[in-house]
Amino acid sequence: MKFAVLQFPGSNCDQDCVHVLRSVLGRPTELLWHKEYSVGDADAVFIPGGFSYGDYLRTGSIARFSPVMGAVKEFAENGGHVFGICNGFQILCEAGMLPGALIRNRSLQFRCEHVYLQIASRVSPFTGQIPEGKNLRLPIAHGEGNYFCDDETLQSLEANDQILFQYVDAEGDLTDHANPNGSLANIAGICNEKRNVAGMMPHPERAAEAALGGTDGRLIFESLIAALKTQSTLASV
Amino acid sequence: MPTEPAITPELVAEHNLTPEEYEGILELLGRAPNYTELGIFSVMWSEHCSYKNTRALLKGFPTESPRVLVAAGEENAGILDIGDGLAISFKIESHNHPSAVEPFQGAATGVGGIIRDIFTMGARPVCAINSLRFGELSNPEVRRLFRGVVSGIAHYGNCFGIPTVGGEVYFDKSYEGNPLVNAFALGVLRHDQIARGAAKGVGNPVFYVGPATGRDGLAGAAFASQDLTEESAEIQRGAVQVGDPFMEKLCMEACLELLATGAVAGIQDMGAAGLTCSTCETAARGGTGIEIDLAKVPQRSPGMTPYEILLSESQERMLIIIEQGREEEVKRIFDKWDLPWAEIGHVTDTGQMVVKNHGEIVVDLPASKLADDAPLYHREATEPKYLAAVRAFTLEGIDDLDDPTAALGKLLKWPTIASKNWVYRQYDHMVRANTMVNPGSDAAVIRIKADSIPGGDDRNGDFPEKLLALAVDCNATHVYLDPFEGAKAAVAECARNLACSGATPIGSTDNLNFGNPHNPELFWQLKESVRGLAEGCAAFDAPVTGGNVSLYNQNPEGAIDPTPTMAMVGIIEDAAHVTTQWFKDEGDAIILLGEPVDTEDPLHGLGGSAFLQVLHEQKTGTPARCNLETERTLGTTLLGLIQSGLVKGAHDCAEGGLAVALAECCFSELEGRNTPRFTGAEIDLSELECDRLDALLFGETLGRIVITTSELDSVKAIERAKLMGVPARRIGTVSAEKGAALKIKSTTGEWSWEVAGLHDLWWNSIDNAMA
Repeated sequence: MKFAVLQFPGSNCDQDCVHVLRSVLGRPTELLWHKEYSVGDADAVFIPGGFSYGDYLRTGSIARFSPVMGAVKEFAENGGHVFGICNGFQILCEAGMLPGALIRNRSLQFRCEHVYLQIASRVSPFTGQIPEGKNLRLPIAHGEGNYFCDDETLQSLEANDQILFQYVDAEGDLTDHANPNGSLANIAGICNEKRNVAGMMPHPERAAEAALGGTDGRLIFESLIAALKTQSTLASV
Repeated sequence: MPTEPAITPELVAEHNLTPEEYEGILELLGRAPNYTELGIFSVMWSEHCSYKNTRALLKGFPTESPRVLVAAGEENAGILDIGDGLAISFKIESHNHPSAVEPFQGAATGVGGIIRDIFTMGARPVCAINSLRFGELSNPEVRRLFRGVVSGIAHYGNCFGIPTVGGEVYFDKSYEGNPLVNAFALGVLRHDQIARGAAKGVGNPVFYVGPATGRDGLAGAAFASQDLTEESAEIQRGAVQVGDPFMEKLCMEACLELLATGAVAGIQDMGAAGLTCSTCETAARGGTGIEIDLAKVPQRSPGMTPYEILLSESQERMLIIIEQGREEEVKRIFDKWDLPWAEIGHVTDTGQMVVKNHGEIVVDLPASKLADDAPLYHREATEPKYLAAVRAFTLEGIDDLDDPTAALGKLLKWPTIASKNWVYRQYDHMVRANTMVNPGSDAAVIRIKADSIPGGDDRNGDFPEKLLALAVDCNATHVYLDPFEGAKAAVAECARNLACSGATPIGSTDNLNFGNPHNPELFWQLKESVRGLAEGCAAFDAPVTGGNVSLYNQNPEGAIDPTPTMAMVGIIEDAAHVTTQWFKDEGDAIILLGEPVDTEDPLHGLGGSAFLQVLHEQKTGTPARCNLETERTLGTTLLGLIQSGLVKGAHDCAEGGLAVALAECCFSELEGRNTPRFTGAEIDLSELECDRLDALLFGETLGRIVITTSELDSVKAIERAKLMGVPARRIGTVSAEKGAALKIKSTTGEWSWEVAGLHDLWWNSIDNAMA
């Protein structure tokens, strides 16, 4: 099982993703330069956080045109698993691989803090191993994480069970007070209809070791690893 | 080409050079400088670049220790050994005047500048902290500056991808119109990766890398070295540079990649005085000469004069000297990162800095004399008159408190003491996945792992991880009231904060923010402060590895409070020793290390205290004495207790004294958004000798730390501390989380505060002021 972590100019959580996949979880992982035209033999692709191309125009708006995103799109269309974190989520939305958009935080300020998430759907390769009833405590660090889409899209997200993560408070209540950025329906992460592409604003890679104050983020990586294992077992049958 | 202005006394004065300094230039050159050369002298001989007013004083700093690999003044930043072939490079630098004029870009480029100093040394920058000073938040102009500075720091650091893991913010009227923005960065490297800023190897090509040169930031170094007035601010608005953290991120990655090839003979960032400073300093360090042609320098606007190109402070540019024959490697790597580069000249053996423009010589100056032979002044120092009144202050007119209930709330709400979450929640403090203690405890703690090293480290699984703690401190009110003692106390507070997090100090960096050095009273503050810092750093074996001087910090009302900001780095031996400030478990014993009140101090620690300022509107009185020997013993004793596994939490007493420290221990743990964790505490001070309740609760006697241990370990901890000569007393017990209350009993009464209510005052104070 091999992972690729995209590296755009301005990516700055790329090493953190590689660290978790390679050093914490022991999975072969390579950085994939934005000028590449293929994802190679990767079994899953991570799009990390950061400020791709400086994000001066609009987050993710330049990255979507990079050569590597063409390859990622093709990979996903063939069923490959793609997971975007923070700027990665923004890029996936800009690229049209996920519905909706991420706009400026309601506070108009960057926010870095730990938030609580409820798992809105465990039926996905990214959430399958998260125990029933378990909420996650993960850090956020973004200025534009306010998820927005039109009513129709929201209805289809709900109807198709595409909402994966929602901001809640420490007690698990889905309230406006718990919403750190003004996201519609407290949405923190979603997947596509085929469920092989997902993105989230919080940073699971920053919460994968007890030394950093929490290991909840590992559950997301471990879910994906388990899903890929099942997939390869099924393929070899 | 436009004709250059003739050199007149007025032109010399406009360049901030005195007639005597101009005479010195004539003598040094044996001829008159041309206009461009005059511009070069004006920046190279500014305080910012030459330290002409402070060099003599700075010699008093301790700069050596077995850990020092690159000492202060040798290069852009010092380097310290942290064991196992690893090293760290760190420095603090001010961007005060640019931030006063344009807070967002001023602060942003301050962060950019200090990050460049670090990766110029070959180190990968892994964390940042900062120290900020503003006027009072009731003033809308102050709020504008505060908002701008914080978002500028956030913008640059967050986008670059460096975690801003801690810092300090003070609010005081003296900084109105002249805020202080001191930015610190720390990087990591192996010993074999140390890069030098010297132009070595005659014939080696000189490369310019990074974005094109524009007219922005013209002569910022000279701007930073004069009094800030409304007029100068308006004229100099164009002196503030515009930062591009994305460009800097690319530039850093490309430079680190290039350094790994071994093709680099010398590297220097273009910071203050841009191309001028970098060319003449690299030649001076290399004992060589350098020749460049400005026609080859990438330029953003047409028709720039040599003067403008040389003095521009456009950001994110680097000067790199390459081993002859390896030019292709620069091209390959910088093309990969889509960064502009240009070969602009070569190293010579003439000792001269020669600048041509389209082949015509426009500058021909002796490099080492320009860099190293700046004037050196021993300014006159006179003890300020205001100190007589400060020393005459007694507590006679100050009635002691009967009931401290309201006072504690007022202090916690005072912006200087209140939580700085409004600030640090805007900084990404976790990127790079190394932050072990987030902002909000006494010191920040980060780990150094394999990917912290430039190019990674192939030891991978066997990589010897390191833990570092960082603190930055300066109670400038105390420095104002007694510069020598106040400066010592700034060092002691840093060391105490490190000890509270489980760290041993290994080095420090100072940022001297003062007023006009031509004013003897202000120069006296500077001189005394430097003496205090030097004694302090020596006492803690924390040599100064570099720093920055910012003078002329004044507004029309007068000078700022003297602010010798001190940042200190410490090493934590084991992850098990990482300690945080808040109370942990119900039933834990609360112990006070150090004398509760300095009974020899006639003001009992109330001189210059937050209490006198907030409750009595008096900023006066001789502040608490700083006994470095006592502080040192306190620190080593606490570390011993932590390393023996006895200590569950440790927090030092600073502004607001013991009561504020105890309150912070009850509510400063943060589990997540809107989710503080509270504990209560039952405190009994009735055994302590002190005839004033206000001094007992809110006095700022130095050398005090509140620790908690399990009930079982408390006696052992107290006895061990006493054995080391540190006074230690059980003063209470941590109580339940539910309905948490802070209860304090003294000989004169018993009071109780609801912790949630105190937390609300402390946590939301700045947020409310900024809303």
